[in-house]
Amino acid sequence: MMTAASRIRNFSIIAHIDHGKSTLADRLLERTGAISEREMRDQILDEMDLERERGITIKANAVRLDYAAASGTTYQLNLIDTPGHVDFSYEVSRSLEACEGALLVVDASQGVEAQTLANAYLAIEEGLEIIPVVNKIDLPAADPGRVAEELVAVLGGTVDEVIYVSAKTGQGIEDLLEAIVERLPAPEGDPDAPLRALVFDSYYDTYRGVVSHIRVVDGSIARREAIRFMATNLVVEADELGIRRPASEAVGRLSVGEVGSLVAGVKEIDLIRVGDTVTGAAQPASAALPGYREPKPMVFSGLFPTDGDDFERLREALEKLRLNDSALAYQAETSRALGFGFRVGFLGLLHMEIVRERLEREYDLDLVATAPSVAYVANLASGEQVAVRSPQDLPDASVLASIEEPYVKVMIITPSQYIGTVMELVQQRRGEMGEMTYLSPERAELHYRIPLGEIVFDFFDQLKSGTRGYASLDYEPDGYQISDLVRVNILLNGIPVDAFSTIVHREKAYAYGKAMVARLRELIPRQLFDVPVQAAIGTRVISRETIKAKRKDVTAKCYGGDITRKRKLLERQKEGKRRMKMVGQVEVPQEAFVAALRLET
Amino acid sequence: MTPGHERAETEGTVRPDSIELAEEARSWRSAYVHIPFCARRCPYCDFAVVADGERGSGETDRYVEAIVAEISLEQAPFRLDAVNFGGGTPSRLAPGGFERILEALDGRFGIADGAEVSIEANPEDWAPGYAQELIAVGFNRVSFGIQSFDPDVLTSLGRNHSPEQAERAMRAARDAGFASLNIDLIYGDPAETDASWSTTVGRALDLEPDHLSAYALTVEGGTDLSRAVRDGAPAPDPDVQADRYDHVADRARGAGLVRYEVSNWGRPGHACRYNLSSWMMGEFLGFGTGSHDHRRGTRARNIRRLDAYLERVEIGVRPRAGSEHLDPFEKERERFMVGLRLAGGVRPGAIGTAFLQNPDGRRLIDAGVIRRAGDRVIVARPLLTDLVARSVLSVSPGEC
Repeated sequence: MMTAASRIRNFSIIAHIDHGKSTLADRLLERTGAISEREMRDQILDEMDLERERGITIKANAVRLDYAAASGTTYQLNLIDTPGHVDFSYEVSRSLEACEGALLVVDASQGVEAQTLANAYLAIEEGLEIIPVVNKIDLPAADPGRVAEELVAVLGGTVDEVIYVSAKTGQGIEDLLEAIVERLPAPEGDPDAPLRALVFDSYYDTYRGVVSHIRVVDGSIARREAIRFMATNLVVEADELGIRRPASEAVGRLSVGEVGSLVAGVKEIDLIRVGDTVTGAAQPASAALPGYREPKPMVFSGLFPTDGDDFERLREALEKLRLNDSALAYQAETSRALGFGFRVGFLGLLHMEIVRERLEREYDLDLVATAPSVAYVANLASGEQVAVRSPQDLPDASVLASIEEPYVKVMIITPSQYIGTVMELVQQRRGEMGEMTYLSPERAELHYRIPLGEIVFDFFDQLKSGTRGYASLDYEPDGYQISDLVRVNILLNGIPVDAFSTIVHREKAYAYGKAMVARLRELIPRQLFDVPVQAAIGTRVISRETIKAKRKDVTAKCYGGDITRKRKLLERQKEGKRRMKMVGQVEVPQEAFVAALRLET
Repeated sequence: MTPGHERAETEGTVRPDSIELAEEARSWRSAYVHIPFCARRCPYCDFAVVADGERGSGETDRYVEAIVAEISLEQAPFRLDAVNFGGGTPSRLAPGGFERILEALDGRFGIADGAEVSIEANPEDWAPGYAQELIAVGFNRVSFGIQSFDPDVLTSLGRNHSPEQAERAMRAARDAGFASLNIDLIYGDPAETDASWSTTVGRALDLEPDHLSAYALTVEGGTDLSRAVRDGAPAPDPDVQADRYDHVADRARGAGLVRYEVSNWGRPGHACRYNLSSWMMGEFLGFGTGSHDHRRGTRARNIRRLDAYLERVEIGVRPRAGSEHLDPFEKERERFMVGLRLAGGVRPGAIGTAFLQNPDGRRLIDAGVIRRAGDRVIVARPLLTDLVARSVLSVSPGEC
């Protein structure tokens, strides 16, 4: 099907979690007749179970809508869904590059949030036209006027440009569709130039191999045509081209400005990279589209199977996950305490949680995850530099000159009354204050520089609880800097447990050690013998507790009739035991490893 | 006396009953009759009980007839080596009731000469003449629920008797001619102190019981005690209970009582036959509400509710609430696990042998929790018996 580029509008929706992005997308689908009300399934674009459960989008997705505008012209609207979380900002920027415009959706009762703003700035940097939308105007707590003013303060322009909708009731949806065709620019590519199409997402399908989402920037792509992926120099044939409405539909050609999917019989995800440019093999473009960069893991954690026999299954599961998630990086790791496993790199904490949950849920694995850490750089006395992705990688103090740690630029938006709380929290985390701007008398935008290692634990939780859930956060990498860091080792029964060791700032080492030791004493059940739990820097013990030996573990009274019940009770208790991991002679429950993640320092 | 002998109990000069007698007990058969009536419900008790004022509490005569009817539902002869009346509070029943039931048991199954015929009793029910009447109908053993000699602990446990009543009841039973007297004690109530426990143990041993059971106070689900603990009342402290256990174990041994099970001590020849048989996987019949039954590898249990029990029995239907049949592996595993509770130990069999060789078993041997003694496995630290049993559960049929 051919559509002149002037009648195409490519856009995405930028919104904070819960601000109604998915509901709005559903409503647009319904209004343009892409789906009937009967087919209406809430949040139709979020496909993965996990995405549905958490109400967030991880992978991008594109749907084509046909909209008959008031002018009588029918437009092709391509709604390109973007991930909403900071961890996935690289995916966001790829998706935005496929669009000419974006709807910036803000909840009429909540106002602008940091993530939304960060993504809006990304969109503006990409040169996108923004339509400010205030959603949920039907809510009793809605204050559309105030929120519109906030939007104007952030984006510029005037209040008149703001569209007011209720995705829930459908109010204002017509106005929004008209604004999309009137205000957003049509794609500008050259239909006669050699093909250039941007790969803005890809995923692995068991039957078809790698499926890429592409945006045709110049020229057109036809089925059966020989194409070249420019970054990897892979030459293949375009087996299938398709669009979604939202049901999949095969097409023979995708022309300039259009968005669709491409299957080329490629089985290895590494060969098709998000951000790469597809061109014709016969008549290649002279230059690729700008912007491919390798996704960079920011947070690392060790993943170990509870049952050592599951190591190979874990390897296979990671391989399969990576097919769909090129940001996932891992390498085999051996822990003295936990045996064989992997050190896995993630884009952020949410990414880490999602991967772990998918491994446990979809691959039925029982995992122990070690405390997350960031990638440090050790400067040796010899002048050499060593990457430290795990506390165990830290070279011996005798050869160590200094340690550098990654910093991030953090933006926090908070109601004004919590500014003090936020400043105190950030100060505890070794944050350096940057500028502060008032979005309105009630809300302020604060900028900081903070070591990434200080926010990977529980910073976000603390921020949320300190501001009654009102503050929002976004961050981006901001280089490395030398800090006074030490490794705190945790010893169980005199043996260092690498899974519990961590790198912290020297001033915080004592508090960390004390808290960790106290927590482990609570979490590790009593054993057959006294178990000392110690925290140490090098050979110097900074904190110690003892888990007293277990003395009594017996049913006092066992009469004839009770034998069945007693056996069942023991069986239930044994199930709990199965989730224990032997560390030396000590049985450690999985929660102990997880608890290390939640430790408050 | 070695202090803290829990760490490795050595056998005394007297062999515990659980070796020779226990081997015999394997072939014994016994009957358990449950008498659910109580003056009041003790806060820690989770047995099938009907307290005064509750529905059915006046139905003792009807209940006795129901037991007789339930006995008559049995077909096969089953010579009984032990009969035990438990509760509830059996001593709430008039002697005539026991006479009816014992006659029915003897008529249907035959009670062996020299069989143990035992009753659980509360000291406050021990009116003058009652002991003689019980002997006249065939009892030769009584087990008193004395629990403590500390009035504060007795109050806390919801018991109705005084320490002096307990002493009088024991003497009266002895004078009446009971061949075997047992005292039940409970330790670890938060109202108890080291000193009061010492006094309790001393006064109990001064009465020269033939048998002593000392049980740790246990918080069972659904009891008043568990609700109180949930609402913040102090729970029994396992370390304190371990101390109390060590104390009673030392003192009992000093008084010539030999431990033959985790919580049970007896003079030679006075091990409770009914219990010993059930721990040796012997067969037993159960009658009355909530009672349990074990025959030919099937474990069955009766309905707990009195009214439902009566209705069933009175229309000639077996009042079963459920049953389970054990396959040979489960049966063997149960034999080994329950046998671990016996001080004389247990023959390991295929499962025990596999267990002793696997890492869990070796760890427990190295830590001195279990040891081999001849052809038997003994738990040297009885207070860790469940820990051992859970490890045994990890043995799979494939390992044997």
